[in-house]
Amino acid sequence: MAIATTVLGRLIKAAITLLAIVVLNFLLIHAAPGDPAAVMAGEAGAADEIFIAQLRERFGLDQPLYVQLWNYVGNIIQFDLGYSYRQGAPVFDLIMERLPATLLLTLTAFGISLLFGVAMGVAASARVGRAGDSVITGIALLFYATPLYWAALMAVLVFSVWLGWLPGFGYETVGGGFTGLSRALDILKHLILPATTLGLFFMAVYTRMTRASMLEVAQMDFVKTARAKGLPDRVIRRRHILRNALLPVVTLAGLQAGQLVGGAVLTETVFAWPGIGRLMFESLQARDYNTLLGVFLISAAMVILFNIVTDLVYRLIDPRIGATR
Amino acid sequence: MKHLLTTSFLVAAATGAFAQEQGGRLDIVVQPEPPSLMLGLVQNGPTQMVAGHIYESLLRYDTDLQPQPSLAKSWEISEDGLTYTFHLHEGVTWHDGEPFSAEDVVFSADEFLRETHSRLRVSLNYVESITAPDANTVVFQLSEPFGPFINSFEAGTMPIVPKHIYAGTDYANNEMNATPIGTGPFKFEAWEKGSHIHLVKNEDYYLDGKPYLDEVFFRVIPDAASRAVAFETGEADVLPGGSIENWDVARLMEDEDTCSTGEGWEFLAPHSFMWMNNREGPTSDERFRQAVMYAMDREFVRDVVWNGFGKVATGPVSSRTNFYTDDVTDYSHDPDKARALLEEMGYDGEPVRILPLPYGETWQRWAEAVKQNLQEVGIEVEIDSADVAGWNQKTSEWDYDLAFTYLYQYGDPALGTARNYLEDQIEKGSPWNNVEGYRNPELDAKWAEAAVTLGKEERQKLYTEIQQEIVEDAPVAWLLELEFPTLYDCKVQDLVTTAIGVNDGLRDTWIKQ
Repeated sequence: MAIATTVLGRLIKAAITLLAIVVLNFLLIHAAPGDPAAVMAGEAGAADEIFIAQLRERFGLDQPLYVQLWNYVGNIIQFDLGYSYRQGAPVFDLIMERLPATLLLTLTAFGISLLFGVAMGVAASARVGRAGDSVITGIALLFYATPLYWAALMAVLVFSVWLGWLPGFGYETVGGGFTGLSRALDILKHLILPATTLGLFFMAVYTRMTRASMLEVAQMDFVKTARAKGLPDRVIRRRHILRNALLPVVTLAGLQAGQLVGGAVLTETVFAWPGIGRLMFESLQARDYNTLLGVFLISAAMVILFNIVTDLVYRLIDPRIGATR
Repeated sequence: MKHLLTTSFLVAAATGAFAQEQGGRLDIVVQPEPPSLMLGLVQNGPTQMVAGHIYESLLRYDTDLQPQPSLAKSWEISEDGLTYTFHLHEGVTWHDGEPFSAEDVVFSADEFLRETHSRLRVSLNYVESITAPDANTVVFQLSEPFGPFINSFEAGTMPIVPKHIYAGTDYANNEMNATPIGTGPFKFEAWEKGSHIHLVKNEDYYLDGKPYLDEVFFRVIPDAASRAVAFETGEADVLPGGSIENWDVARLMEDEDTCSTGEGWEFLAPHSFMWMNNREGPTSDERFRQAVMYAMDREFVRDVVWNGFGKVATGPVSSRTNFYTDDVTDYSHDPDKARALLEEMGYDGEPVRILPLPYGETWQRWAEAVKQNLQEVGIEVEIDSADVAGWNQKTSEWDYDLAFTYLYQYGDPALGTARNYLEDQIEKGSPWNNVEGYRNPELDAKWAEAAVTLGKEERQKLYTEIQQEIVEDAPVAWLLELEFPTLYDCKVQDLVTTAIGVNDGLRDTWIKQ
């Protein structure tokens, strides 16, 4: 029951936060120089005032800003994300078209980084001060310091151009005509490079975090007690140390999860992955207001959602949290 | 690297020296992703490249800008230059099976495009009536002998759209915009947003045996380096002009299976220059503007920044366009002359801002080269920056001192060039008019006269005078006639055979197995 009330309270707060974000985003975007009509006219290579005025009227940009804001918020409250005049389609459809690809990429990267990050952290902490530890922390430092863009290009160069093992970009073989399992395998092959590249940074973060946290918890009294009880080392590590050491990792994982929708712009660009990050970036350049605001809204909702989920996971790992309330 | 010449193309096309092979698939890079494929509504570069194979116009143009048949198999222009009669191909159908007729042409030009196509409107202003005396004949009756009218029948300028789908509807919101129906050699099949657009062969195309290709994939690859990789790994067969950075062009051309051509840009003939704000600041002084012209080492930029592609522009008209003359003031690199001019005007060291075009690294480097040139003669320079929307805003609101740009020429000075120099084209809100604020009423009259003068020689005389005077005034700083080489796998044949290249050329393209 307690959890249900907390979640409900959080959801109400979330809705208010989201509304504030919508208004703020709207004002910020309109403060940027240029508008979609001018960009579209600009791309045509020639345009007269009639053309631009027509576009503005069609987009509703000829109305005062507060009217536009009022209309937009009114639509959002009715779960209507509006229409992308540039792409001639409802924003919701545009986002849904791109969302699966992005989630596949970011969730895989999330899984890879969490799994390998924690495993490497645990392994390093078990060998603290020895060669294995140095190797792992060294690798983690390298991943941590490498700019994503560079790592992505190098991955393409090595594995795609030189070795020819994996496709360098795209979501699947274009016009390959694969179906069923062979299509899944094809997508998987395309997924490996971008997902790994995207996961590298957080993998390094998790490794370092887990290692430090494991070492810290290992010094605590209850661990000594467990040892005194004569529990085997393996059990102590898993049940006593790791479980307690995971809390800060969960915090970070919550942060990373918040970026599941909007956090892969660079990766999607380099690997030509047809995801939402690119939709966002292209909409920004084109000042496609409705699409951009729609993506922002979904991203913001994800961040808030994962904040709530993170809180719930805390309780799961450490039942003391929330028990007092 | 093999650089093919026009002549070899023409010979091949005329004599059928090669037996064109049927079949195959072509992958072309398109960038950025087009916002829409409805060519009557959207005319940006990527849209034209894809939709130029779905839609057609009455004519095509060869690389010498001579009109060639397309939907029209023949045409006549009356001696007074006022009546254009087109005879259409028979048995043409739309991709949905409906028959195509002269009524579609009348609807497209007179109703649809008059409302949606701002560039065509300039030409349509000279058109008194458009009629279809029978199902296969269209007559354009002009009010004045508007010389460049014959250049208006290119696919991006006058795409013919289906009347049965658009008549009486709200064009911009017509549901069929998502699945374009044209008469062209390829049909729209699918569009995976963010990945590719798939066109397939139009089996019912009215020219026997054409097109040769079975299918075409236009691949969306957002990063310039990845586009180069796509070509290297064989994922893409064609890199249209401007799709990768210049240094990658030079690198990829070293491969012997890579062919390249600079042709296919004759109709657009991108002409680059810097607007110089004629209204205020140092740039309002003619001597300062001439000093900028002398200060710039444009050959250096062509050789280094553009890797040798392009040609130094002598004035407002491109040498690839009709009515060009090189008999104008020569602004070769001469720093001393520039310094003398600055001294004469008493330049006080007031800094000027340079706004580069936000189209990638090349343009940034170009701005830096110009900055260095100008500093060498004592001009203080700051480099401004903006993204595409910001650039549009700054230039169309005249918030700049020097701003890079380039304009398409559309084959005739009256279409592509005049708009940048006429006084009645001074209007805030568009970056495609007289942004620099040049005023010369005497020349305005000459421009107007030249547009409706009958006879090539008479027009040439007027345009020569115009070019000579404008170059002397230096209202803008002309830079280069840009050249964007198209790279392609050498197995691809007859890729670029028209003045708009890969924007409408795939009809004739085939792959050597």
